[in-house]
Amino acid sequence: MKLRELADLLEAEVICGEQHLDEKFECAGASDLMSDVLAFGESGIVLLTGLANTQSIQTAEIIEAKAVVYVRGKKPNKEGISLAEKRNILILSTKFFMYKACGLLYSKGIVGVRHLK
Amino acid sequence: MVSRYDFSRTFEIKGRDFNKAGSISINIKEILKELGIDQGIVRRAAIASYEAEMNIVMYANKGEMTLRLNPEVIRITLEDEGPGIENIEIAMQEGYTTATDEIREMGFGAGMGLPNIKKNADIFELKSTVGKGTSYNIVFYLNSKGDV
Repeated sequence: MKLRELADLLEAEVICGEQHLDEKFECAGASDLMSDVLAFGESGIVLLTGLANTQSIQTAEIIEAKAVVYVRGKKPNKEGISLAEKRNILILSTKFFMYKACGLLYSKGIVGVRHLK
Repeated sequence: MVSRYDFSRTFEIKGRDFNKAGSISINIKEILKELGIDQGIVRRAAIASYEAEMNIVMYANKGEMTLRLNPEVIRITLEDEGPGIENIEIAMQEGYTTATDEIREMGFGAGMGLPNIKKNADIFELKSTVGKGTSYNIVFYLNSKGDV
């Protein structure tokens, strides 16, 4: 799926990183806990989170996420946006809650990260 | 010119500076990429370094992180001045944490940091003196095949 389709599906606002909207992704992960994202995240995923601080952007950069989607209408503050711009990361914000946002993506064939071994 | 065979750089880490937390590890990641290190190894090193950097920001007063490379290994060492760890064996268990609410609100403090460093590194040694500080020795072999 293209990131542009994800933005449409989640009726999301593009906060920054529009230049990435035509890139594709296959896998997503959702968590408000960056510790878990670091432990289980995979490169190339779309990260859905309700944690709109600078750490979510740093974490996305470290795991090489394709994009960050903030749920429940959350948006990063000015520092967060300028950091994301500097890091060249696509940031989206959807009014949907986590469950619905994930469900919509899953129903369109977007899989999750690997299970625990 | 930067050579991957004799590289060494030290970074200062400020405790409680949550806004900058993580920036050193992203810097390290960029350096390793520029040096042409295997992508999987860069990713593991970046994750381990970020977890360690966050630990120092969250718990210590200040610290230093040094990145060194030779033809065989990447070595990341950290030294902090902080409370230290009472029982390393317990601290290494997944889920064990002494995090405050402030740390949890940042999305950390789930007790996954040290185990995740161990998971990503080829060698991970931790030494600590209560009331003084903690030192980390994190090593990645350059001849391994990348992702774990």
